[in-house]
Amino acid sequence: MAHAAAAHAHDDHGHHHEEGFIRKYFWSTDHKIICFQYLFTGMILAAIGGFMAYAFRMQLAFPGESVPLFGVVSPYEYNSLVTNHGTVMIFWVAMPVLIAAFGNYLIPLMLGCDDMVFPRLNRLSFQVFLLSAIVLIASFFVEGGAFGGAWTAYPPLSAKAHYNLTPAGSTLWVIAVALEFVAFLMGGINFITTTMNSRAPGMKMWDIPMVVWMIVIASILFMVSVGPLIAGAAMLVFDQMLGTGFFDPNRGGDPVLWQHLFWFFGHPEVYVVLLPAIGIVAEVMCVFSRKKLFAYKIVLYTAFATGILSFFVWAHHQFISGIDPRMANIFTVTTVLISVPLAEMMFVFIATLYGGSIRLTTPMLWAMSFIATFLLGGVTGIFLGASGADIYFHDTYFVLAHFHYTFYPIAIIGTMAGVTHWFPKMFGRQLNEFWGRVHFWVTIIAFNCIFIPLFVLGAGGQHRRIYDFQNYPDLAGQSMVNMRVFATISLVIMLVAQFIFIINFIYSAFRGKKVGRNPYNATTLEWVAPSPPGHGNFEEMPTVYRGPYEYSVPGRDEDYWPQHVPN
Amino acid sequence: MVNYYIEALSTYAEDVDNIINLIFVFAGFWFILCEIIFFGFLWKFRYKEGEKAQYITGEEKHEKKWISIPHFLVLVCDVFIIIGAVQVWVDVKLTLPPPDATVRVVAQQWAWTFVQPGPDGELDTPDDITTADHLFIEENKVYHYELVSRDVLHDFSVPVFRLKQDALPGRVIKGWFEANGKGESGTCRADVDFGCEDPANCPEAEGKTGCYDIQCAEMCGIGHGIMSARIHIHSADEHRAWQAKNSKTPLAANQ
Repeated sequence: MAHAAAAHAHDDHGHHHEEGFIRKYFWSTDHKIICFQYLFTGMILAAIGGFMAYAFRMQLAFPGESVPLFGVVSPYEYNSLVTNHGTVMIFWVAMPVLIAAFGNYLIPLMLGCDDMVFPRLNRLSFQVFLLSAIVLIASFFVEGGAFGGAWTAYPPLSAKAHYNLTPAGSTLWVIAVALEFVAFLMGGINFITTTMNSRAPGMKMWDIPMVVWMIVIASILFMVSVGPLIAGAAMLVFDQMLGTGFFDPNRGGDPVLWQHLFWFFGHPEVYVVLLPAIGIVAEVMCVFSRKKLFAYKIVLYTAFATGILSFFVWAHHQFISGIDPRMANIFTVTTVLISVPLAEMMFVFIATLYGGSIRLTTPMLWAMSFIATFLLGGVTGIFLGASGADIYFHDTYFVLAHFHYTFYPIAIIGTMAGVTHWFPKMFGRQLNEFWGRVHFWVTIIAFNCIFIPLFVLGAGGQHRRIYDFQNYPDLAGQSMVNMRVFATISLVIMLVAQFIFIINFIYSAFRGKKVGRNPYNATTLEWVAPSPPGHGNFEEMPTVYRGPYEYSVPGRDEDYWPQHVPN
Repeated sequence: MVNYYIEALSTYAEDVDNIINLIFVFAGFWFILCEIIFFGFLWKFRYKEGEKAQYITGEEKHEKKWISIPHFLVLVCDVFIIIGAVQVWVDVKLTLPPPDATVRVVAQQWAWTFVQPGPDGELDTPDDITTADHLFIEENKVYHYELVSRDVLHDFSVPVFRLKQDALPGRVIKGWFEANGKGESGTCRADVDFGCEDPANCPEAEGKTGCYDIQCAEMCGIGHGIMSARIHIHSADEHRAWQAKNSKTPLAANQ
């Protein structure tokens, strides 16, 4: 077959320049290597962020007792763990893995081109990102320790060292976040330009796979929203270091200004990480249900609508923060309305399953659990977006459980769906299916056992960022203590279960069963390239003849019709 | 749904609970409907040997209606939720009913100071009663609060009242509440509420009810976790007695 001949051609191609280990893996401009750099850095930081969660959850369940592998958690340590858990998981796990890693890996392969249009910018993007991660980790080891003023870093607490008592940590935190944004701006330029300019011949805008579209829309959202926050970060560093008073009310500044700048970025940011995860789920779902994506264009329109609306909802984080209370009415309208495009997206996904031939493989299990759990995250958001109800729920564990029911499906479940789905392409080998499923079931059950009790605790009035609830007699009842212990034990089980994944991942990457180019009989272009693709991806640049999801087309023998096959 | 876990003791607490319940019904309906259909599809359309999936583009009108009709129904639900939420918001945060008394709430790292009017009922007179970490109020009276912060952001949160408001340095934020009862669950604790070292020997705490948590619900630094306070809801008699006992310059002395 043509494939076999092409494979030989690829082998020849792969040999004509030998590169040293460092040059190949640390100084590469190859988009696949940069994907791995982002992916593995993200995974290491996820482990760090998970360990932080372990330490502070143990403190909450067993206040004052020494936590194994950590020691006694002091109030200061509790605050800095909570702060940096949030920061790390959003900025150094969700962002690099979902946008940078999958964007880097999938965009050139799915568009049928050999690399990003700006490969050196791409390399610089990761290097700046790595620097930002090092700066953040370093903040734990400076005098005074890491910043502990919550991941939202509201001034005056974050602006004045005599309030936060972490003179160096809070500055390093802001600098790390700003550097991280620089890295993703460079990545975003690459993703958008590559998608607009380097598609395979014949690939029209409506033939672009959904995940690529989603990463492009997310990159646009990120680039548009991040400017105000970078400006805010600069002002905050000036307040900290130079003694300016942008956020200092004693000198004519306004602390609420930071909240506007932060959330003007912070809320679109939710959709920046959500959309790529949605895209991954769409890809996986179509492959394993052998179905065309239901109403491709409507999915795109809902993504655009969500993106545009997301710029008009930020103040729902500030309903009770002392902004003009009349503003809350406007933001209630926009916030509740954002449920319309997102609900429609979920309807589309459920409709796609109709009439399918669904096989619950490991990636499909992850993708389906994304829908099942994200639905709960979505509907609980309405309680918080409706100003009247938010008066009670603001800053309770209900908020915490809500956004973990959105961010966990996004950052962990979406990532797992993507990693398990494209694993054969990345490594040319199959992930062990049995252990993949064991890992899935333990993780997903434990995840629900962690956060369902937190919804209940939040409804009972338990508020956030408190290192020991024994100080609050109304929150110290036995049933609340039991729920905290239950959530913590579930968390420990979930964290331990990740070792199954790590071992399975490493073992399968080297010893797994070898697979061919297209183990799932999928239609999109990345499955045309060899597994794993060599430098330059394709032996012969593909031409595109149709949309990305032509599964089970009537009148054809095979149930898939790849994009690059003429007829 | 919230009042199953925590009592509602202010006049607007019930309104807040009602909008929460309304959302609970709507959101719960859509959530359960979606999950049932979702799992139903997963089961019904599972892989079977020799059966091919259907080819549905979702671009045809009769197909699109399956998502466009629910889409409009969601919109209708949203309108109800928005109207309800805005009504509650206007009642709680945008309206200030005429006060019977005013209290000043001062937040700082990491303690609360409450300035309460003495027997004359006026704030900023010599008989004011200033307390730390305990707020004493009378039931069935409209209170205004003046919320200020001395340093960073704090948040004055009384869960049983469904009251929550950030304190901002440099600003005085006004709001209101009216306790409509002492509730049933708020048995006062000798150690927490009356500072008795020995709970067995604390006559003032005996039989006292109406004590609840006040929280600081905004990250305010290292001591955020200990920035708790207690609210004491008094009956009219109790409040008069408390004022008489604690006011440094009782009315009689002024005359």
